[in-house]
Amino acid sequence: MNAKHTVAKVRRPEVRFQEQIYLIEVWKGLVITTRHLLVNLYRHLSVALGRGGPAGSVTTQYPDDPQVTAKRSRTRHRLLKREDGTPRCVACMLCETVCPAKCIYIQAEESPDVMVEKRAKTFKIDLGMCVFCGYCVEACPEDAIRMDTQFIAFPGMTRKDLIWDMPELMGDVKKDPKPVKAVDPLGPAAS
Amino acid sequence: MMACCETACPLWVDAAFSAVKIALAMGFGLQTAAFLTWVERKQSAVLQDRIGANRASIFGFKFLGLFHILSDAIKMMTKEDFAPPQGLKPWHTLAPIISMCAALMCLSALPFGASVELFGRSWNLTPIPLEYGVIYVLALLSVGVHGVVMAGWASGSNYALLGGLRGAAQMISYEVAMLAIVAGPLYLYGTLDLAQAAAWQARTWHGLPLWGIVLQPLAFILFLTAGAAETKRAPFDLPEGEAEIVGYFVEYSGMKFAMFLNTDFLESIVLAGMTTTLFLGGWHLPGQSHLGLSGPLLAALGVVVFVTKLMGVLWLLMQIRWTLPRFRFDQLLDLGWKNILPLALVNLLVTAWAVHLFS
Ligand code: SF4
Ligand code: SF4
Repeated sequence: MNAKHTVAKVRRPEVRFQEQIYLIEVWKGLVITTRHLLVNLYRHLSVALGRGGPAGSVTTQYPDDPQVTAKRSRTRHRLLKREDGTPRCVACMLCETVCPAKCIYIQAEESPDVMVEKRAKTFKIDLGMCVFCGYCVEACPEDAIRMDTQFIAFPGMTRKDLIWDMPELMGDVKKDPKPVKAVDPLGPAAS
Repeated sequence: MMACCETACPLWVDAAFSAVKIALAMGFGLQTAAFLTWVERKQSAVLQDRIGANRASIFGFKFLGLFHILSDAIKMMTKEDFAPPQGLKPWHTLAPIISMCAALMCLSALPFGASVELFGRSWNLTPIPLEYGVIYVLALLSVGVHGVVMAGWASGSNYALLGGLRGAAQMISYEVAMLAIVAGPLYLYGTLDLAQAAAWQARTWHGLPLWGIVLQPLAFILFLTAGAAETKRAPFDLPEGEAEIVGYFVEYSGMKFAMFLNTDFLESIVLAGMTTTLFLGGWHLPGQSHLGLSGPLLAALGVVVFVTKLMGVLWLLMQIRWTLPRFRFDQLLDLGWKNILPLALVNLLVTAWAVHLFS
């Protein structure tokens, strides 16, 4: 062991007698939970009576109410097009390489455009495996792949439904995803 | 067993009256237990900033999630009634019945009200008036442990067996403590009759109601603690241990499982009733003599007061259940044997000494 290594001493809080008899601690805990109970009851009541005020719970009733995600959240992928409508992707495989979930599958082919040289024949992303890290977006030298905000509802009945192909990723074929309400987590003042 | 009426009245009146009382008491218990499943969900939800179960609806009418009681009942009754093939079927079936019946029988000994003078005779509002009611209730509460151990043993599963053993160790430990705790207040009241114990607390001292909680505060706290352990609910739910340490009813499903669930709630109600009777003055409302009520009205007020106090204690038990984390098993046994039992004995000694000093 290196002599320079010193072990930091952590002072653990001592259990005092008043904590050991536990009754005072129980009382403190009860005060906290009862305060929560009463405050929340009051808030529920005030909202129910139409007097407004803060909500009594932090629950999002998801299928009924829209899912609230942050304004800057990055969700479903999108493949971008050139001005002439062809995909920007040059099949450099950087995104496939960097993807930690190994969920991008690209097959390359020769591009008719000599300036482009190479393009993707198939470009599939398995959204069921994607961890939405955004590395693919960072890696792309062509700015060909991006992530949309607020598209988190892309359900499928089978795992296969979650594998999106090029037309869907480019938006040519609609998969009918529902956009959700954007909320700035920093509050309206910060935005 | 029945407190006999003074005037000659036919036996069937007594029999019918006590049958009605017992049915009402048990009905009250079962209804309250069902209601408690809702209270548990909602109270825990509200105090944790959640909403709680609210999806069950009839024609889109949700009514604060109260229909979950109904949907629970339907679900429990229509679920497959599974008995493990490696277990012992008859005992597996018998276990929840024993547990629940024992808890239900306790209920009928609680003094819901005083006696009423009506139609020239007195009607005792205690379903089963017993001179040794405290012993009856404590004895039946301890019968509940048979159900727990039997369930663990008959399930043919080691996890269930271990859960049953934990339950046995816990409940027997706390029974001893429980007897030592109630000895103090009972020595003070000089009776084993629950109704008389409640009636004793109707006295006041300079306007201060001399309830058990005033005269025996230590016993009150110990009783609630030991009682919570006896009812096997959190923070003492080691026999059951929902997620982490699988419990004695792991092999149960459907209505049999619901019976074990209800047993815990029923035992909580019994505990709340005992607390009300022994420490909170039973049906006595401070200053009720100023209301000028008499006869049936006074008795009705008594029942309402008793039930209200009982609900209050239930609320407190719920709140404690959702406040404290579970004890470790050695902590649990230490608490019972090394702390509660000695304190209860000291309390008994001091009470006996004080009673001799002042009487
Ligand atoms: S977001 Fe991350 S996990 Fe998803 S495809 Fe891109 S690199 Fe892979
Ligand atoms: S990194 Fe960009 S250009 Fe390269 S394959 Fe991926 S999407 Fe296409």
